[in-house]
Formats: sequence, structure tokens, C-alpha cells
Amino acid sequence: MTSATVPGRGSITWTRRRRAAAAVWKQYWSSTQGRAGLIILILFFGVALAAPLISPSSGLDVTQAGGPILHSPTAGYPMGTDEFGRSIWTLFIWGARVSLAVGIAATVVAVGIGTVVGVVAGYAGGRTEGGLMRVTEWFLVIPFLPLAIVLASVLSRSLFTIVLVIGITSWPGIARLLRSQVISVKERTFVERARALGAGNSRIIGRHILPSVMPLIFANLTLTVPIAILSESTLAFLGLGDPLRVSWGQTLQASFDAGATSLGAWWYYIFPGFGIIFVVLAFTMCGRALEAVLNPRLRDR
Amino acid sequence: MARRVFAALLSLIFVLTLNFFLFRVVKSDPVGSLFRGRNVSPEAKDRLRTEFGLDKSLPAQFTAYMGQTLRGNLGVSYATRRSVGSEILDKLGPTLVLVGISTLLSAAIGVLMGIKAAWQRNSSFDRGSTAASMLTYAAPDFYIGILLLAIFAFWLRWLPTGGIENPDGGGLFDQAKHLILPCVTLTLGYFGEYAIIMRSSLLEVVNEDYLVTARAKGLRDALVRRRHAVPNAVLPVVTLFAINLGFVLSGSIAVETVFSWPGLGLATSDALRGPDYPMLQGLFLVFSGAIILTNLATDLIYGYLDPRVSTS
Repeated sequence: MTSATVPGRGSITWTRRRRAAAAVWKQYWSSTQGRAGLIILILFFGVALAAPLISPSSGLDVTQAGGPILHSPTAGYPMGTDEFGRSIWTLFIWGARVSLAVGIAATVVAVGIGTVVGVVAGYAGGRTEGGLMRVTEWFLVIPFLPLAIVLASVLSRSLFTIVLVIGITSWPGIARLLRSQVISVKERTFVERARALGAGNSRIIGRHILPSVMPLIFANLTLTVPIAILSESTLAFLGLGDPLRVSWGQTLQASFDAGATSLGAWWYYIFPGFGIIFVVLAFTMCGRALEAVLNPRLRDR
Repeated sequence: MARRVFAALLSLIFVLTLNFFLFRVVKSDPVGSLFRGRNVSPEAKDRLRTEFGLDKSLPAQFTAYMGQTLRGNLGVSYATRRSVGSEILDKLGPTLVLVGISTLLSAAIGVLMGIKAAWQRNSSFDRGSTAASMLTYAAPDFYIGILLLAIFAFWLRWLPTGGIENPDGGGLFDQAKHLILPCVTLTLGYFGEYAIIMRSSLLEVVNEDYLVTARAKGLRDALVRRRHAVPNAVLPVVTLFAINLGFVLSGSIAVETVFSWPGLGLATSDALRGPDYPMLQGLFLVFSGAIILTNLATDLIYGYLDPRVSTS
């Protein structure tokens, strides 16, 4: 991989990168897993984004619920109703927004912190790296759920707390991965060349190292989001979620507390639960297809 | 090796410090929240504060906390007024049984599946097992529990709906029946990881030279597999197993809640309702400590099992 030899004129590099991206896309799309995953995701995101158009948010209001209590799916209520008479379809599409948003936000936090720590540690080396990696190890031993419970019990129960908790517990893994990747990239010839040409640290990191680790970051993103979504649903199920926000996990908690399992109200927990399953599966499939595409490159040393 | 033990100790100290500050710094008045709006005289609140040692300065509290914890005194539960230590010891047994058995089962099943899948790569078994692994991974573990509960306990009525034993009956057989559903739930949740890792590890090993030699020697396929391929591929799985032991402990929280299994997990979600801060602190310490210990053990075992890895 050669870099643009004229500092400042990056257009050659970018044309090459655009072409590489196009090749990646073509290969990705050829995998059935990747295709299926992406389509499912587009469907779910579409429904989530379009929620206000499909069903007004007043449907979430317990005091405005008009439907029959705990009724199985019928024409007017395609996913049945809950114990307040709200349509579960409404809960489903509005819950999708929260579940997906929290998953993505938490992932951004985790990958953001992890990338900064990993890149700095890998690039700087020496004592900075040692210190950073030790802190990373400390955070690695903290179990996610107990920490979440502790934080949620001392802070307010809000979406922000959940995003914070998932971010804090997920960043160490990413930091470790990125650090080892940065270390291997750092030694490659094009970095040596850039340094010989007088490029400063930030330029080397920004223009050479980051673009090289970008595929890894991206693959990690796709695999971290499902973990975040699963974590949010577990937290919500234990009652740590934002009590005012409907999410899939929160609906599952409500169904459990209402005794849906014993009452045979299967629609109450089947739909939100399989929503989680499908979205997580879709992200995982996309992540695996992406890895399969990018891996030959990573092995190209 | 001493360096690793030292590092583990540092992690433990970090956890202890975190444990202390999380509760003290953010929540300024634990006693106030204890009563949740009920009318309690300020003198009674002050008395409680003195009793819990909350009237001293922060550094003094921290020193007291460290001293007490290191001596094994984890405080007194706000809810039951028994010592946190004895509460935890009571609940430890059921959790260890549940987590231990399901980890063993999921490792065994996962490894066997992974071996077969790798050896018959791209067969329908391989594809099926990968699909099953991905599916169970995609479901939250408590959700698998809810589904199993709905099907086997409420619909088919084959198994009990929760708890560890029948209040009027009891006995080992009854407890075993109660153990089945939570155990199957955890097993289903975790076997996929083992299957996938065993499979990819075995696939990597299969192309190594020493296997070609073994086959050139004329050894039967099954023998090659059993004596040469698997033992070398099993290393990542052993690491995974040891690491999981630590994490599954805290992973049991949600599943125990679903089945009302009287272990540490249920104690944690119960402590949430107070919130019973001493309990939460003690449980957090136990969960983190378990991970630190199992990680340390894993490091040491791995260094012993794989001579290629230097233990420094």
C-alpha cells in the first residue's frame, strides 16, 4: 500500500480508496448473509424511523388506551393489547426507536473511547501505552450487569445512564483490539516513509493509521451494536431502564410483571422478544459478512 | 507469575475503590432514601446515620470501609439487618450449582458440536449448528428463560414455574426438577460461543503440518481427530471456559430473576428495589472478585498448558 507522495494532494489516495470501497461493497453484497442482514436492518430502521407516521405516540399513553385488555391479535390490533389496552404494535414500533437508538449511542460511546485509547496507546508506546493498557485491564474485569445495577441505583434511571454504563463496560475490548492493530500498522513502510518526509504525529495518525484501522473499527461497530441492544434489553427487564420510555426490553419486563407467561398472553412477549432477536441476528450477519470481506486484506502482511 | 498475582491485586484494589466511591460520592444521603417519604423524625435518622457510620468525613469512611472489607466485614443489609457476608454465603450455593452445571453442559455440548461441525465443514450439520448458535446468541438470556417458562411450565405443565423447591415438599429430586429450566436456559444461552470458537480453532489446526504427517502415517480419521487435532485446538476453548466461569456468575442475574432461583442473582435484583446499598456493594465485590480470580487462574493455567506462551 503506497501513500500519496505529495503531501496535501490526497486526491490520488482518495480515488484509490473510493475504488476499494466499491470493491468491498460488491463483495459484501454477494454474500447471502450480508444481503439478508442488511435488508432486515433497513426494514427495522425504516419502521422505527417512520413510527410517528404509522401510529401516533398517544398510543403509548396509558390513560388514553382504548383497546380491550390483554387481547390476542385481531384486525385492529395486529399484535394484540397489553394490560392497559394499548396496542402492542404501537409499543413495538416506538420501542424499536429506543432500543435501536440506545444500541447505537452506546456503541458510539464505547467505540469512541476505545478508539482514542487504543490508537494513542498503540502509537505512543512506552509508558503511556503501559499505563493506558493497565487502566484498560482494570475496566475489563468489571462485570457489566453488576456495574449497571450499581450505577442505575445511584444515578437516575434514564437512557443516558444506560448508554453510559454500556459504553463504560464495552470500550476496553475495542481499545485492546485497536492497540494491537495500530502497533502492526505503525511498523509498515508507508508510515516510515511519511515520517521520513517530515510528517508530524497527528498527520501520520490522521492520514495513514486511522484509514488503515477504519475497516476494523467498522466491523467492530457492527458487532458491538447487537451487544449494546442485548444489554439494554437486560437492563430494562430488570427495571433499570427509563420508566418513562418504552423499549423492547421494557415491554418484556411489563409482560413478565403482568404475568403474561402464566396468562397465556403470548403476543405480549413474543413480538418484542423476536424483534430483539431479528435485529441482533441481522447486525451479526452483517458483521460476519463484513469480516469475511475485510479479512483477506487484514491478512495481507 | 508473581507479576500476575500483583496485577490481580491491583485490579481488586481498583474494584474496591470504585465500589466505595460509586455509592458515597453520587448518593449523598443513603439514610434519606431508605424511608422513601415516610415520616421519620430527624433524631431517628441521625441515630441511623451514626449507626451506619455515615456521620464521619469521607476519608475516614473510606479508611473504615477498606479496613472492614479486608477483614471480611461487608456491612449489614439495610433490608434484612443480617450481615451482608452471611446473606451472600447463604445465596452462594444455589448460584454455584446453577452456574457450574450449566457452564459444564454448555461447554461440553458446544465443544462436541464445534468438533463435528469443523470436521464435516459446510455439511448440513455444520450449517445447522452455526444457525442454532447464532440464534441462541441473538436472544437475551432472560428471554430464552421466558420462552421456556411459557412452554414447559405454563403451557405443558411439565416443570415447576419457579423457586428451588416445592414449599410443602422438597428434597433433592424436587430441587433437581426446579433446576432443569434455569439450567437449560443458561446452557442454551452459552453453548453457541463454544461451538463457534471450537469450530474455527479446529479449522485452523486442521491445516497444520503435523496433521498431514499423521494422516500420511496411515492413521484413521477418527484417531487423527481425537489424538492430534482436538487437543491442540482445545486451548482457546479452555481459556473461554475459565473466563466464562467468572462472567456467568453475574450473567445469572437475569435468569435467576425469571425463575426466582434463590441465588446471588435474585439477591441482586431484590437489592435493587431498596436500594439495599450494602448488599449491592457486597455483591458487586463478589462478582468482580470472581472475574479477577478466574482471569488470574486462566492466565496461569494457559501458561502451563501452552508452552509457547511465556509466563512473564
